[in-house]
Amino acid sequence: MNLKSILIGAVSAIAVAGAAQAGTITVVSWGGAYTKSQVEAYHKPWMVATGNQIISEDYNGGLAEVKAQVEAGNVIWDLVDVELSDVVLGCDEGLLETIDASILPPAPDGTPAVDDFIDGAIHECAVATIVWSTIFAYDTTKISGVSTIQDFFDLTKFPGKRGMKKQPKANLEMALAADGVPADQIYAVLSTPEGLDRAFAKLDTIKDSVVWWEAGAQPPQLLADGEVVMTTAYNGRIFNAFAAEDKPFAIVWDAQITDFDLWVIPKGAPNKELALEFIVFSTDTQRLADQASWISYGPARKSSGPLIGSYATKPDLLMAPHMPTDPENFKTAIANDFEFWADNADELNERFNAWLAN
Amino acid sequence: MSGLPPYATTGQRIWYYAFRVICGLIFVFLIAPILVIVPLSFNQQPYFSFTNEMLTLQADAYSTRWYWDILKNGMAAPEAIEGWWADMWQNAQWIRAVKNSFFIGILATILATSMGTLAAVGLSRSEMPYSKLIMSILISPMIVPLVITGASMFYFFSYDFNPMNWFAEGETAAEDKWQIAFTYGGLIIAHAALGTPFVIITVTATLVGFDKSLVQAANSLGADPLRTFFKVQMPLILPGVISGALFAFITSFDEVVVVLQMATAQQRTIPRQMFSGIREQISPTILAVATILVIISIGLLTVLELLRRRSERLRGLSPG
Amino acid sequence: MTDATSKGPLTTADGTPLKRKLEQAMFASRLRAFGLVAPLLAFILAVFVVPITVFMVRGFHNPTYETYMPKSTELLLEWDGVSEPTEEMAAAMVADLIQARADKTIGRAATRVNQEYSGTRSMFTRTARKAAKMEAPFMAALVKAHKNWGKPEVWQAIKVAATSWTPAYFLAALDLKYKGDGSVVWQVEERQIHITLFLRTMEISLIVTLSCFALGFPVAWLLANLKVRTANLLMILVLLPFWTSILVRTTAWIAMLQGQGVVNDLMAFSGLNQVILQFMLLFRDYGDLKLASLCSNDVNGVLATGEATLQTLSAQAADAQTTCAAEMVRIYSASGLEAAVAQAGALKAEALRWGYGDERFSMIYNKTGTLVAMTHILLPFMILPLYSVMKTIPPAYLRAAKSLGATNWTAFWRVYFPQTVPGIGAGSMLVFILAIGYYITPALVGGQDGQMISNFIDFHMRKSLNWSLAAALGGVLLIIVMFLYWLYDRVVGIDNMKFG
Repeated sequence: MNLKSILIGAVSAIAVAGAAQAGTITVVSWGGAYTKSQVEAYHKPWMVATGNQIISEDYNGGLAEVKAQVEAGNVIWDLVDVELSDVVLGCDEGLLETIDASILPPAPDGTPAVDDFIDGAIHECAVATIVWSTIFAYDTTKISGVSTIQDFFDLTKFPGKRGMKKQPKANLEMALAADGVPADQIYAVLSTPEGLDRAFAKLDTIKDSVVWWEAGAQPPQLLADGEVVMTTAYNGRIFNAFAAEDKPFAIVWDAQITDFDLWVIPKGAPNKELALEFIVFSTDTQRLADQASWISYGPARKSSGPLIGSYATKPDLLMAPHMPTDPENFKTAIANDFEFWADNADELNERFNAWLAN
Repeated sequence: MSGLPPYATTGQRIWYYAFRVICGLIFVFLIAPILVIVPLSFNQQPYFSFTNEMLTLQADAYSTRWYWDILKNGMAAPEAIEGWWADMWQNAQWIRAVKNSFFIGILATILATSMGTLAAVGLSRSEMPYSKLIMSILISPMIVPLVITGASMFYFFSYDFNPMNWFAEGETAAEDKWQIAFTYGGLIIAHAALGTPFVIITVTATLVGFDKSLVQAANSLGADPLRTFFKVQMPLILPGVISGALFAFITSFDEVVVVLQMATAQQRTIPRQMFSGIREQISPTILAVATILVIISIGLLTVLELLRRRSERLRGLSPG
Repeated sequence: MTDATSKGPLTTADGTPLKRKLEQAMFASRLRAFGLVAPLLAFILAVFVVPITVFMVRGFHNPTYETYMPKSTELLLEWDGVSEPTEEMAAAMVADLIQARADKTIGRAATRVNQEYSGTRSMFTRTARKAAKMEAPFMAALVKAHKNWGKPEVWQAIKVAATSWTPAYFLAALDLKYKGDGSVVWQVEERQIHITLFLRTMEISLIVTLSCFALGFPVAWLLANLKVRTANLLMILVLLPFWTSILVRTTAWIAMLQGQGVVNDLMAFSGLNQVILQFMLLFRDYGDLKLASLCSNDVNGVLATGEATLQTLSAQAADAQTTCAAEMVRIYSASGLEAAVAQAGALKAEALRWGYGDERFSMIYNKTGTLVAMTHILLPFMILPLYSVMKTIPPAYLRAAKSLGATNWTAFWRVYFPQTVPGIGAGSMLVFILAIGYYITPALVGGQDGQMISNFIDFHMRKSLNWSLAAALGGVLLIIVMFLYWLYDRVVGIDNMKFG
C-alpha cells in the first residue's frame, strides 16, 4: 500500500460520493430561521417520505441569479422562494415555468385549491406559501416608548444606529409613511417624481446612521450584538429571536408592509417534475399550518388558519397574535404594490445604489 | 542584537526594551485573532462574544454543540439512530463542503503540480526561448484580481463548447450543451490555473541550487532523459515540488471568489460555506470550523518546515 | 575530421557542417525545453488568458438590443442622432415591441436601454403591452403611451444601445457618458461613483501597504537579528496567519472588532476607551461628545427608562452628579420630561456621530474594519520579503558604522536602511497589488464606506447583471494592476518572488 494507491482510492471515493444522485432538487430560499421553518415543515418530511434529497441554498431575494442562469442557459436551481413583484416580473420576462394550479391538492373539506388559497396567492407562474411583512423592531432593554414609524426616523428622540435592508423596496414606503403619507396613498405618491424625491429626502435624514443588511438573518443579529438600536426586519425573524432564543426584542407593527412569498420554478430547471411534486407536497393544508408553528408567517391557505396553534417548542406561546394579519397588528398595514415594484424595481434599484454610493 | 552590550547607555536600554514591546504587540496583533476564535467556538450561546459566564470559567457556559452542528446541519433526521451515518455523509452541508474541498483541491493540485513542475524545469533551462515573457504569463493568475478571473471564467465557461450546436438553429436542449461553468470540471480547471504560479515559483527556487552537472553525469552514463529526470532531478527538487503542491492545494482550499461565481449549492467548498455563513448568520459553527482549519494549518506548517529542513540537508545548504 | 585540409567549413562525421549540426542540436534542445513548458502555457492561455480577453471584449460589445429589436436597430444606426426621429423609426419600433413582447424578450432589450437612460425600462415594458393595438401615425401613438417617447435624448439613448460595438461602457467606468450624437460628456453628478471608487480603492490599498510596512519592518528586523533558534520560533507567529484561511481570519476580526467584541470589551473593562476618547478630545473639542462620554450611564438610563432615572438622579446630592446628569436634571425640573429626554438623545447622537456609543467604538462593517482585517491578512506578504533581504545584510556593517562614530540613528538610516530598500520595494508592491483587487474582506466587513472596486465588479456581475459594465470596470482595474505588475517585474523581478 503506497501513497499513490491511497490517494487514488480517496479521490474516487469522494468523486462517487460527490456526484449528483437521481432524486435531488436544489431548493433556494432566504436562509436562517425561515429556511429552518421550511426544512422542518416541508423538506424533512418530504425527504423521509420519498427518499429524495434536497440541497438547500440561501439567497437574498431578487431575480438576478435566476436571470443570470436562464440567460446563460445554465440553470442549476429547481425551486426558488420569491416575492410577488419578482414573480410578476419574472413571468413577464419568460424566466419562470408556468405552474398549473389544478395539480395543487384541495382542502381537507374538499374545497378546490384555487378557492382555498387567499386572493392573489396563486399566479400563472407561482404558488404562495406564506404572508409575511416587513416591520421594524427594537431591543426593549436599550430603548422604550417606540410606537410609530416616525420614531424610526427620529434620531434625536431615539439616538443610535438603524438597520435597513440594502434595497429601495419597503424603505421608500416606510420613509413616506414616516413623512406623513397615509397608507393607502403611499404608492400614488411614490409614482410621482416629487414623491420619490420626498422619500429619498426622508431617507437622507438617517442615511449616515444606517447599517445596511442583506440577509434576513442579519437584523436580529445586529440587534443582539448592539450594532443597531432599531432595525427593519422580516417579522418572522424577530419572532424567532424572542421565541427560540428569548431575546428581549419587540416588533412595531405601524406601517408594516405585507407581501407573499411564493414557490417558482426557473425556466429550464434541471428537475422540473420533481420540483412540481415538491410544490404539491409542501402546499397542502397541513404542511402550511405546520410551517406556521415554526415561524410567525401566515399560511396562504384559508383552511390552514384554524390548524395554527402554538409555537413548535413552546406550547404556551400562541402564534396568532404574532401574525402580520392579526387585526391588532394590521391597522396601519401597507399592502405591497407588486405591480409598482415589477415596473420600477430596476430603475429604483439603480437610483438607490447611486444614492448609497455617494 | 542578540543581547544588550554591557556598555549600553540608559537610552539604548529603554529603546532596546521598548522595541521588543512594540514587536511583541505586533505579534499579538498577528496571532491574537486566530487564538481568540478557539475558546469562542465552545460558546454555549449562539453568539460571537464572550459571556460573563465564560469569563468566570463556568463549565456550563462552554459546550461542543457547534462541533456537532458541523455534522448535523442539513441532515434529514439528525436525531434518528438508524441511518445516521449515511444521512450525515449525504446531507450534512459542512460534510458536503469538506468532500468538495478535498475533491476539487486534490485534482486541481495534481493538474497544477504536474504541469507546473514540467514548466519550471523547462523554464530553468538556459536554452529556453522567451523565458521571461512566458514566465510572466504563467505567473499572472496570481496577480490578476480574483474577481476579474472569476467573472471572466464564468462568462467564458458558460459558452456552449459542443461544435454540433454552433450552427444549429433554435434552442439547444440543456443536456446537449457542453458547458463548463457550474461543473466540478470547471472549478478544478480554475483552481489548477490559480495554483500553478505557486508551483512554478517554488520549483524554480529549488532548481536555482540544482547542480546541472548531475544531469550531464547521468546522461553520459547512458540514462535516457526520462530516467534522468525521475531518478536524478526529481528526488532533488522533490521538496520544492511538494511545497509547491501544498501551496496549490491551499490556494484551492482557501479560494472563494471563483467558487462564488462558478459553483452550484451542491459544489460548495468549505470557504464558500463559511462565506455565506458570515454573510447570512454568524453562528459559532463557523468558529468551530475555523478552529479545525487553524489546527490543520498548524499541521501543514509543520510539514512545510520539515520539508524545508530536508531540502536544505539534501542540497547541503545547512548542516541540518 | 577534415579541419586539416581547411577547405570547407567544419563538418561532423556524416558530413553535415558542424555549425548547422550545432544549430540543429540547439534547436532540438530549445524545442525540448519549450515542450516541457508547452502544456502549461497552452492550459493557461486556454483557461485564463483567452477568457479574460473575451470578457474584456464584452466591455466593448453588447449585442442585446440588436438581437431582440432588429428592425428598429437598422433604422437607428442610419439615423444621425441629431435630426427629429422619423415616423418610419417609430413604426419599426412598434413592430419590434410587439415581437419582443410575444417572445418575452422585451425585458432584456428594455434593460439594455435603461443602462443608457434611466427610467426607460418601464417605458418599454408598458408601451409593449399596448403596442399590439397601436395604429399609424406611430410616433404619436408611442408618445401617447408614454410621454418620454417624445424626447430626442431618449431616442439617442436607444441609438447608443442599438450600437453593439460601443465605447459607452468603458466611458461609463470613468464616469463619462457617451451620447447618441457621438459626443462624450460627464455623467450627472449624483451618478458619478466610479472615479470615487477607484480613488477609494487606491486610498485603502495605500493605507494598508503603509500599515503593513510600519508593522512589518520592526518584526522583520527582529527576526533577522535574533538567534536562529528563537527567530524560527517567532517565525511561526508570522507563518501561522499566512497559512490560515482568509475566511477564518476575517471571521476572527468580526469577533474581535464588533460592538460586543473582544477589543471593545477589553477597552471598556480597562478604561482604555476613555483614555482614547480623552485623547481625541485633546485635539478638538467635540462639544456634546465630551459630555456624553463622561456620563454615558446616565444618558442611557434616561433614554431607557425616562422618568425613573431622572428621579433617581434628582435625588442624588449635587456634587455626586456628573456634569450632564446635573444638566439633564436641570432641564427636567425646568421644562419637563420631554425636554430632558431630548437632551439625553442629543448627547448620545453626538457621541454616536463620532463612532462612539455605549462606551464602545464602531470598528467593523465600515472602512476601519476593512483596513484592520486587510492589514492583518497582507502583513505576512510584507514581512517575508523584508526578512529575506535583511537576513543577507551582515550585522557587521552597523557595528562598523558605529565604530566609525555614527550615532545609532545615522548608522541605521544611512547604512542599514538603504540596503533594505529592495525588500521594501518587493513587499510593498506585492501588498499593494494584492490589496487593490481585494474582494472578500471588504465584502464581509466593509459595510458601506469600506467597499472597493472589486465589490462593484461583482455587484454588476451577479446582481445588476450589467456584464459589460463589469467587464469595463474590470478592464480599468486590470490595466492598473498590469502596470504595477510590470513595475514590480522591473524593480524586483518576478523570478525573485519567494514564499515561506
